[in-house]
Amino acid sequence: MMTAVEIGRQVASGRVRAQEIVRAALERAELTQVELNAFITIAHESALEQAEKIDERLAAGEDVGPLAGVPIVVKDNICTEGLRSTAASESLASFVPPYSATVVERLEQAGAVVVAKANLDEFGMGSSNENSAFGAVKNPWDTSRVPGGSSGGSAVAVATGVVPIALGTDTGGSVRQPGSFTGVIGFKPTYGRLSRYGVIAYASSLDQVGVLCRSAEDLALSMDVMAGHDPKDATSLAGVAPAFAKAVTGASDLTGVRVGLIEELTGEGNSAGVMAALELTCERLVQLGAELQQVSVPTARDGIPAYYLVAMAEASSNLARYDGMVYSSRTGEDRLGQADVMMKSRGSSLGPEVRRRILMGTYALSAGYYDAYYGKALKVRRLIAHEIERAFEEVDLLLTPTVPSVAYPLGEKVDDPLAMYLGDIDTCLANLVGIAAISVPAGFTAERLPCGVQFMAPALQDERLVGVTALLERHVGEKFAPLAPL
Amino acid sequence: MFEAVIGLEIHLALRTGSKMFCGCAAESLGLLPNVNTCPVCLGLPGSLPVVNREAIEKALRFSLALNCQVPEVTQFHRKHYYYPDAPKNYQISQFDRPVGEHGFVELEAGRRIGVTRCHVEEDAGRSVHPPYAPYSLVDLNRAGAPLIEMVTEPDLRTPEEAREFLVKIRAIAQALDVSDASPEAGKMRADVNVSIRLPGEALGTKVEVKNLNSFKSVQNALAFEIKRQTDLLESGRSVLQETRGWNEGGQRTYSMRSKEETADYRYFPDPDLPPMRVAEKWLETVRAATPELPDAKRERYRELGLRAFDAGLIAFDVELATFFDRAVRVYEGEAQLLANWLNGDVAGHLNANDLALSRSKLSPENLASLLTLVDEGAISGKTAKDVLPLVIDGGDPKTIVEERGLKQITDLGAIEALVDAVIAANPAVVERVKENPKVINVLLGQVMKESRGKAKPDAVRELLNEKLG
Ligand SMILES: [Zn+2]
Repeated sequence: MMTAVEIGRQVASGRVRAQEIVRAALERAELTQVELNAFITIAHESALEQAEKIDERLAAGEDVGPLAGVPIVVKDNICTEGLRSTAASESLASFVPPYSATVVERLEQAGAVVVAKANLDEFGMGSSNENSAFGAVKNPWDTSRVPGGSSGGSAVAVATGVVPIALGTDTGGSVRQPGSFTGVIGFKPTYGRLSRYGVIAYASSLDQVGVLCRSAEDLALSMDVMAGHDPKDATSLAGVAPAFAKAVTGASDLTGVRVGLIEELTGEGNSAGVMAALELTCERLVQLGAELQQVSVPTARDGIPAYYLVAMAEASSNLARYDGMVYSSRTGEDRLGQADVMMKSRGSSLGPEVRRRILMGTYALSAGYYDAYYGKALKVRRLIAHEIERAFEEVDLLLTPTVPSVAYPLGEKVDDPLAMYLGDIDTCLANLVGIAAISVPAGFTAERLPCGVQFMAPALQDERLVGVTALLERHVGEKFAPLAPL
Repeated sequence: MFEAVIGLEIHLALRTGSKMFCGCAAESLGLLPNVNTCPVCLGLPGSLPVVNREAIEKALRFSLALNCQVPEVTQFHRKHYYYPDAPKNYQISQFDRPVGEHGFVELEAGRRIGVTRCHVEEDAGRSVHPPYAPYSLVDLNRAGAPLIEMVTEPDLRTPEEAREFLVKIRAIAQALDVSDASPEAGKMRADVNVSIRLPGEALGTKVEVKNLNSFKSVQNALAFEIKRQTDLLESGRSVLQETRGWNEGGQRTYSMRSKEETADYRYFPDPDLPPMRVAEKWLETVRAATPELPDAKRERYRELGLRAFDAGLIAFDVELATFFDRAVRVYEGEAQLLANWLNGDVAGHLNANDLALSRSKLSPENLASLLTLVDEGAISGKTAKDVLPLVIDGGDPKTIVEERGLKQITDLGAIEALVDAVIAANPAVVERVKENPKVINVLLGQVMKESRGKAKPDAVRELLNEKLG
């Protein structure tokens, strides 16, 4: 399995044709689909068409870009022009966007080819990829377990080698957590680093596009292609994006780099396997020259309620538009007035977890409750941001588990939403604060399940995370992010 | 006796190139349904709003003109309500950080009416209910068009004051190029709040009246409501807090919904739009680009010698003011004369023909030249009035006067010949002039008749006096 960087070079040099690469990816996608249900749409026609165009342009001597012929998978809550984008929801089951998200546009301009749209938890709401109108996704390392979510399909596509790069979205850990559960890299950049234009909103102040991949080099290349201000997104960062590729090639060791373990998140509550993975990573970091120390983020454990309140409140607003008037089929139209049609249509086209979050978010924003819930959540959010800023006065990077556990059996937490929500305890902090965070593979547990650890970087220093990933990758070698069995 | 307490909520359609948060045209008059749309104003999944700076700038200009304080940071909030012509089922509006707060507008009598706030928001689409059809249709051409909403303190006391206030707001909005502010074209809408009380007592229960689409409806609806509420209280009953509509045909308000049904809009800061800093530098450029306001205009016209009434009439009508300013630049006579013509004969003729000044072919330069012909004695005032319709139709006054031979006889020799001839032909009248000097008017009339009106009356009178005096 070649990396994206290798594919781009090979295709550009004419040693292999884009069509061959894309055809192979499509075949593998079909196989993954049968076994694991990772996709909602496999884009045979458009992918082959695009690959053919790339080959023609190369034959004509044109420069196609660094991702020439690289097959990619895009989470199905990211709009792709002419290609159905459902967000795994019945309410968008037939939505074909007339435009592509800026991130997709930029990847395609660099030569990448979208081969499939990945399955996910409906609108990104879930941590197990079981909340999909298109069925649950399975973990390739143990098909009786969940792959994590909400970007479960994207993670599986990378873990099984369908593609070297997949796009996910990360609102509270939705790229990093499935990355950890499937043994691949999951990167959530600084809020605003990647454009949200064309990303079907879940919680706008937390949503960020992220990358799932198996090598630091591929991560850097995709980030270099996608980052940079987008005038269509008012929250997009202005100014020049960091040079990610340079962060990989320039990384030598971690001498003098101070890594802080967050006390409140690295003790009780984590499984033995997770603690072992964390220790293993600490050893590697020390071998690379890093200085480890403990730091405190006293309010860290209150991140979960704050995160869920903010996310649900914003979701209740963002999802108000799915009312049966435009996208989904309508219910009760023959007998009822417009308000009833909207209500019935929403009830029948949105899944139970989505409805739960909309109801709770609506409550949190209601007159008389706003200050007690949403207002308070914003206060906790500011407090955590302040505490993390303080922590970064002492250290250069923060380290925690990505998730307190490894992949759990399908169905285990479906009826216990609170237990499911608690799985985001480590990841939701970076979304609340808006900083970059990454889940890096950290070996396997005794039951042969992959486990990752999470690094966070100070504001705007995304490239530091790519650098430390590159060093760990080099240090571990071949076994850093091995292909999952299929 | 009871006094009324009135507050207004006014919506103005902003005149900008594009909509509030996307690149579509702000104006969609006369277009087929749903053609003036894009993913953003359709609220398609994944689309994001981007603030139109021109709209903010115009709203700032307007806020400053209403003496508002402009906060350092202005922010957008989402206002939620479910309706098919609201594509996102929320409206992007402003809540606790509007573009302007705590302003005022001064009425003619010198009373200050407080302006609580001015904020910017997006318009909704339009629902169409075809008669007898079992469905409704939605047109989103207007969805996302920029609006200013301004709210006053309950400082107005009479329907006439409310109307005066609206006229003033329209004049300011037009003068600043902020809005067409035409209620007829749907560019200005007003809702009113009205209650009554005994002077000095606490505020009474207020009633909101909606659907008022002309200044006259506002005035009439207020008069009706004040009377209705007075009758209720005087007969020992009480006023219900409610929203009422205005029935234009029946000239009466009717109950729409009571207070219990008020919605919870669940306002919260729009996470897609970071708060905007209004830098002092930005405000300076806005101030610098602000054209002359109606009050200042009126002051200037007074200084030009206009009577208060005419100065106000012209200053508060952007069309008239623009016309007057151009005419006064080329006209060397008295400005008041120009105003007399503009507010008198010109207005009369336009009204009679239901024509707007801007739609007529009358140019300021032609009106000035017509008046100049009178001043120079080339034509009489009466002749000028006679040819005015031709000038309003685009005719050049000089050409008209020449071609039609309307020029006054200013050649004294020619007039003298006429005078001599009339004296010679009317010896009996000449005799009577000696007894009664007023009889000279009979001779004057004869001379004017002989000249077919073209002799200059002053010159004729002078000659007659000279010869018979
Ligand atoms: Zn638009």
